[in-house]
Amino acid sequence: MSLLTLSYAVLFYAATALLVGGLAWHILLYRRAPAPLKIPTTPAPTTRRGVVWRMFREVVFFESLFKSSKWTWLFGWLFHFGLLLVLLRHLRYFTQPVWEWVNWLQPAGKYASLMMIAGLAGLWLRRIVVDRVRYISSPSDHLMLLLLLAIGVTGVLMTFVWPVDIVSMKAFFLGLMRLDWQPLPPDPLLAVHLALVAALMIVFPFSKLLHVPGVFFSPTRNQADNPRRKRHVAAWAVKLERSGG
Amino acid sequence: MAEAAFDTPAFREYRVIPKLREGAMAHSRPFVAKPDFQEKLGFPGELVDDWERKAVEKMGELNKKYRSLQVFLDSCVKCGACTDKCHYYLGTTDPNNMPVARQDLYRQVYRRYYTFAGKHFPWLVGAKDMTKDVLDQWYSYFHQCSQCRRCSVYCPYGIDTAEISMAAREVMDHVGKGQKYCNEIIGKVHAIGNNLGLPEPALRDTLEGLEEEVLEDTGVPVRFPLDEKGAEVLLVTPSADFFAEPHVDGLIGYGKVLHRAGISWTFSSHASEAANFGMFIGNYENMRKMALRIREAALELGVRRIVFGECGHAWRVAYSFLNTLAGPFDFLDPAWPVPQHICEVTHGLIRDGRLRLDPSQNDDKVVTFHDSCNIARASRMGGEPGGQFTIPREILRACCNHFHDMPAETVREGTYCCGGGGGLLTDDLIELRVKGALPRMEALKEVVDDYGVTHLVAICAICKSQFSKVLPYYGFTMDQVISLHQLVGNALMPGGESGGESNGESSAAETPQPQAA
Ligand code: HEM
Ligand code: SF4
Ligand code: SF4
Repeated sequence: MSLLTLSYAVLFYAATALLVGGLAWHILLYRRAPAPLKIPTTPAPTTRRGVVWRMFREVVFFESLFKSSKWTWLFGWLFHFGLLLVLLRHLRYFTQPVWEWVNWLQPAGKYASLMMIAGLAGLWLRRIVVDRVRYISSPSDHLMLLLLLAIGVTGVLMTFVWPVDIVSMKAFFLGLMRLDWQPLPPDPLLAVHLALVAALMIVFPFSKLLHVPGVFFSPTRNQADNPRRKRHVAAWAVKLERSGG
Repeated sequence: MAEAAFDTPAFREYRVIPKLREGAMAHSRPFVAKPDFQEKLGFPGELVDDWERKAVEKMGELNKKYRSLQVFLDSCVKCGACTDKCHYYLGTTDPNNMPVARQDLYRQVYRRYYTFAGKHFPWLVGAKDMTKDVLDQWYSYFHQCSQCRRCSVYCPYGIDTAEISMAAREVMDHVGKGQKYCNEIIGKVHAIGNNLGLPEPALRDTLEGLEEEVLEDTGVPVRFPLDEKGAEVLLVTPSADFFAEPHVDGLIGYGKVLHRAGISWTFSSHASEAANFGMFIGNYENMRKMALRIREAALELGVRRIVFGECGHAWRVAYSFLNTLAGPFDFLDPAWPVPQHICEVTHGLIRDGRLRLDPSQNDDKVVTFHDSCNIARASRMGGEPGGQFTIPREILRACCNHFHDMPAETVREGTYCCGGGGGLLTDDLIELRVKGALPRMEALKEVVDDYGVTHLVAICAICKSQFSKVLPYYGFTMDQVISLHQLVGNALMPGGESGGESNGESSAAETPQPQAA
């Protein structure tokens, strides 16, 4: 096995472990912390079903963001929806035979990368140009956009300009999954793209990308507005009551 | 106290978002609580030794107690959507008054001590050690947040800066740096039962005075009972209602409504306060202790219902938290929600035709309605989401012929804070209060110019006090703010010439009939 193949194999195993472990750890943390008081931002749905619908609108349409900033919404939604299509299209590198619906997405997925890049560029421009957003940005906020842009651009270059040996690349990833290691084609562009993706996977659970699990745990969005009908008490508050405090 | 010299911000001709000016409000900070007041609430008297470590420890503890805090600290993507949503930013242009920047004052310390990136690469993620400078900034800017939750409406993850402000104040209290205004008031409630420190005899006196006044004015023997066992309703109202203008006219309105409806009711001297500043300082134990007084009073007096008077944050604590803090209320009449808002009661009576209202009595006024933050974004009235917007407006329409809403983005869930909520209604913060009122004043100016609005109607004790104080800074007069139930009272039992009608409770059965003007 070449040094290249070996190092990328190790890199991807490590990145996957950190991504999954880190996310699981944070999800556990969020689950374990109780929400002692009812704090939905009202008007809020009064039933569980209503809450699911509210969350759906937040996650799919970015409803609150739409209310607050049309430009951020537009760029943000282009980026995320583009990213979603791109990720789905990438499933074809990890499935054999490729699932039917993934094939069907293939053409759209190819151009979604451009949508994603346009969105990221817009978000970055906003971060630099608008004084308020510039003020609240740390180096990490710029780097995160740079990282995603670099992933997008190297990907687009491989798709549209300098094609790489997809067949061997797919064999490498299937090999990783089946513990039957295959060589990674020695292509510099691919090597850069993959290294950046691994970096993204590694920083994911240690950065603001925690907004992905976070949004589902946000009490202002996921609580039903029913405090008069249903008594809500956290375990630590029950203890406080028992101790006569 | 001499007022600090500052300029009232000018109305913006177009609602452009102001450019930021760093440090514009860095000098603003409230008086610090004295040691004996701190200790009464179970906090250290003054800044403790080794406070840095203790503060950081407290932050970790709060993250385990409050999911909101843990999730909000991790999830912000710095998208900037909230940056122009805070009235304090719009009024002061200090960048630390942008909600996300305010959160970051807390988040930078959280990151430094509790996250991998902040521990190892602080410069990368803007993490900072807990230092005296940081504490001073906390004290300044977490007392420039009225916990109004406007930012949480517009954040894609619902991040609520109010939760962070409450946590920061809780941490500061625990290391001995509390705010004088809030902590003195909480002490009074624990000792006496209300924010004003008004003891039972004085309260009784005041209420008797009100009975005489209303009788003289309207000829109707409206009662304001105190500690009457066996009454149907326990009415809990902010203590400002007993004295302050225009609050007291609202309180007279509650009395008139309940009198006409033939509902027996009482105040309690034990629970003579609806306000609960325990929420403002983010302290569950103090908040619970005050809430329990209401439960005790309800049991003691043997009432069947609990009704709250006009107050914003009090209604949040009542509607959203009371059942949690002091429930279950299985000893009350299950036919009614616990607790109820006085607006729900009045609205129900109007709907059932049990109040005969003559809106022409308010024809000298053109009114607009200020949605209080805590009612709009942290609670509800009635059975449907949004009842907190429709119910007061329906009451208003039933007792006023001339009503116009302010611009859509400044009312309902997008309402702008009065500028004095969240424990900031104190003279040592007057500059902040005046500047923070700018967006609301601009919206008011619009309907004054367009429709000749003469009065701003409010249903919150803090809003009423704050507006009385700041309206003159913007070229209005202090008496332009009035209580919703004052208008109801006027339309129900006009004073002066049409007085003398004293058919009391029998009117409950009468059907409403149109009245000639
Ligand atoms: C449940 C799925 C997700 C939801 C609901 C979601 C939602 C959002 C929203 C509403 C924003 C703010 C608007 C914006 O700046 O675009 C945002 C920002 C961001 N999201 Fe997501 N997101 C999700 C998944 C992801 C994933 C998988 C990634 C990356 C791998 C990601 C990366 C980012 C980044 C980097 C930003 C900040 C953009 C900036 O700097 O302006 N998101 N997300
Ligand atoms: S809107 Fe929410 S996620 Fe965006 S910067 Fe403000 S607090 Fe952070
Ligand atoms: S809660 Fe209100 S006062 Fe506090 S930061 Fe948000 S918008 Fe500003």
